[in-house]
Amino acid sequence: MVYLDNSATTRQYDEVTGVMTEMMGQVYGNPSSLHLLGVEAEKRVRSSRKILAAALGASEEEVYFTSGGTESDNTVLFGASEARKRAGKKIITTAVEHPAVLEPARRLEAMGFTVEYIGVDDTCHLNMGQLISAIDDDTILISVMGVNNETGTIFPIDEIAALKDKYNREHKTDILLHSDAVQAFGKVPVDLKGAYKGVDFLSVSGHKIHGPKGIGALYVRKGVHLPPFMNGGGQERHMRSGTENTPAIAGFGKAAEMGMKDFAKRTEAMKRARNHLLEGLIAEIPDIRINSPQDETASPSVLNVSFLGTRGEVLLHTLEQDGIFVSTGSACSSNKKGQSHVLTAMGLSGKEIEGAIRFSFSEENTLEEMEYVVEKVKAAVTRFRRLGSFR
Amino acid sequence: MNEQNILIVRCGEVALKGMNKPYFERMLVDRIRKNLKEFRGVDVRRQEGLIFVRADKALDIQAIIKQVSKVFGVASISQAVEAPSELDAIGAEAVKYMLGLIEEKGVKTFKVEAKRADKNFPVKSPEIGRIIGAKVLIGCKVLKVDVHEPDVLLHVDVRSDRTYIYDAKIQGFGGLPLGTNGKGLVLLSGGIDSPVAAWMMAKRGMLIEAVHFHSYPYTSPRAQEKVEDLARIVASYCGRFKLHCVNLLPIQEQIVANCPEEETTIHVRMFMMRIAERIARDTGCMMLITGENLGQVASQTAEALVVTDSAVSMPVMRPLIAMDKTDIMDKAQEIGTFETSIQPYEDCCTVFLPKHPSTKPHLDRILASESVLDIDGLVEAAVAAQEVISIFPE
Repeated sequence: MVYLDNSATTRQYDEVTGVMTEMMGQVYGNPSSLHLLGVEAEKRVRSSRKILAAALGASEEEVYFTSGGTESDNTVLFGASEARKRAGKKIITTAVEHPAVLEPARRLEAMGFTVEYIGVDDTCHLNMGQLISAIDDDTILISVMGVNNETGTIFPIDEIAALKDKYNREHKTDILLHSDAVQAFGKVPVDLKGAYKGVDFLSVSGHKIHGPKGIGALYVRKGVHLPPFMNGGGQERHMRSGTENTPAIAGFGKAAEMGMKDFAKRTEAMKRARNHLLEGLIAEIPDIRINSPQDETASPSVLNVSFLGTRGEVLLHTLEQDGIFVSTGSACSSNKKGQSHVLTAMGLSGKEIEGAIRFSFSEENTLEEMEYVVEKVKAAVTRFRRLGSFR
Repeated sequence: MNEQNILIVRCGEVALKGMNKPYFERMLVDRIRKNLKEFRGVDVRRQEGLIFVRADKALDIQAIIKQVSKVFGVASISQAVEAPSELDAIGAEAVKYMLGLIEEKGVKTFKVEAKRADKNFPVKSPEIGRIIGAKVLIGCKVLKVDVHEPDVLLHVDVRSDRTYIYDAKIQGFGGLPLGTNGKGLVLLSGGIDSPVAAWMMAKRGMLIEAVHFHSYPYTSPRAQEKVEDLARIVASYCGRFKLHCVNLLPIQEQIVANCPEEETTIHVRMFMMRIAERIARDTGCMMLITGENLGQVASQTAEALVVTDSAVSMPVMRPLIAMDKTDIMDKAQEIGTFETSIQPYEDCCTVFLPKHPSTKPHLDRILASESVLDIDGLVEAAVAAQEVISIFPE
């Protein structure tokens, strides 16, 4: 089996499963309980928080556990808008965000906010000129993802943070910056003391880094007010009520710890696999379009390719027979009718979108696997095109 | 008395079958038992021309009624109470029954309809009605008799040993018990029509087996899951059956490469019929069943049906042929397949659709253009590669 759908979700590390099993079977206390079992569970939560904070370059009290990327994004979009609504009504985001940002943005539009969606070019690079002129005195929040989930394009969060800081200084405003780093974390450096300096809110998710599903984290810069999304028993220092998902939190911590330990080695392995596949496809299959960037702005985790004159879903089902698992567009939207909003925003033609396949990598992928994939993709594309040529 | 819930089950046209009556009734009892086999403590038996279902009070009687009403051949069902066939006892039970209805539904008027199956019973039917009516009036002070439009028509059915008291009748589907009319193979597509066609034939007593054609990987595996879901709903009426899944893609590739584009659909339909006929013969089915409907789509024009029909020698049942689409949709709603049928997964008919399908194909021309194909070989290979799935009622 060759699993190339790591942007949809990753295989959970066995060590993560081990930690979670222990949490479920032995350390099952409620961190809010006063007895020893509760204290032990609380310790594990704290230790995961510490790992996450260190991995992100944040401090412990800036990290809150949530149910995942979607909840983190919703908390920021709705919370920041509510907190800052007297300062302004404008939110800036991109046309290629994950639906977890785009859908809240649309709700906010319906609630009276203005949202400007920054466009992209044909390899999914942001139109920075549009972004610069979009920032104004009415702006309260900018939300830009770290890495695009369909193309792997790395967005210049450092530049955007600098723009925001400069504008705030010069205009005495207090525009906040959110980054959905779900596809960036573990794949490219996400350092709140480095490239992500100046980011006020950050969303990450457990299951994209070989951790469990149903767990994520939200970073909120110290001193920035953000009202909670979930209200109740006051867990997570009132930022996120609801009994802590202790097995998943412990598993998330373990996955982050392992991912950070050999970060360079792991991302290098991804990059090698990606580039090997890229070269193989270009060499072996004519009439393709590489939708991902081919320079240093490409994340090692994603390669998006259009095989002209085919249909992505048919290729997907052909490849699954060979044990190869890929996706068309993004897994979250592949059930819906209609075309990828990302590829559409990039200005791709209907044909290019129809034949688009996303390969997404983990460090577990090998070069031999990539050669097998090239061979099988070639066969699938050839078969489809032969059939299509009669029409 | 009345430790059990009692259902009186009436068979509609089964009763008309003269000499065959005992056979049909036995089949019907058998089917009711099968449909109730998940319930422990249910007794089903024939008695004096009726079928009685007796269930422990602890069992969910509504669920049992629902299961019985799904049995083909059942015309109606009444939930009854029983009393010894003796006027005082009948009266007492009738009062109790009416008091229950007053409390439950606030009924105000009633009329007694008595029937004397046991002609040895000393009192005649109209007289029984009057006597029981009087007892009910005394026992239930709030009730009045209304002979024209009563809230409750109280049936008193006096039999030799026991008397049965009931009011409402729940309609069944009618039809004939399954297994009394051979076995047919339905071409199940995943659309709205074919499950209805299967249901209608099953209602006439025909056992069902099914074949589904797909074009994986050109169709999604989720499309086949949808067909399995539909099959399970159909199975809830006609019991477990086998679903034969056949991949048409190799044949479609040959057709697309070798035959005129506008004829694609009709060629594919002919292969479906041939493959279905082969599977039918292998599995003891005597006919094919399709959801075809005159004029609905290009492949179902009169001309197209003539061509499709010529591909096989086995009779092809098309129970929906003259129905309007809206009536078919209503039927699908009634039997519970509609919501599943309209889920949007491409079935294999839509992938290879020509831009301008031929609506008036000529048999000679069609046969000529497919003569370049190795028809027997392709059918053989498709049948050999079939996947058989056992479908159990949902």
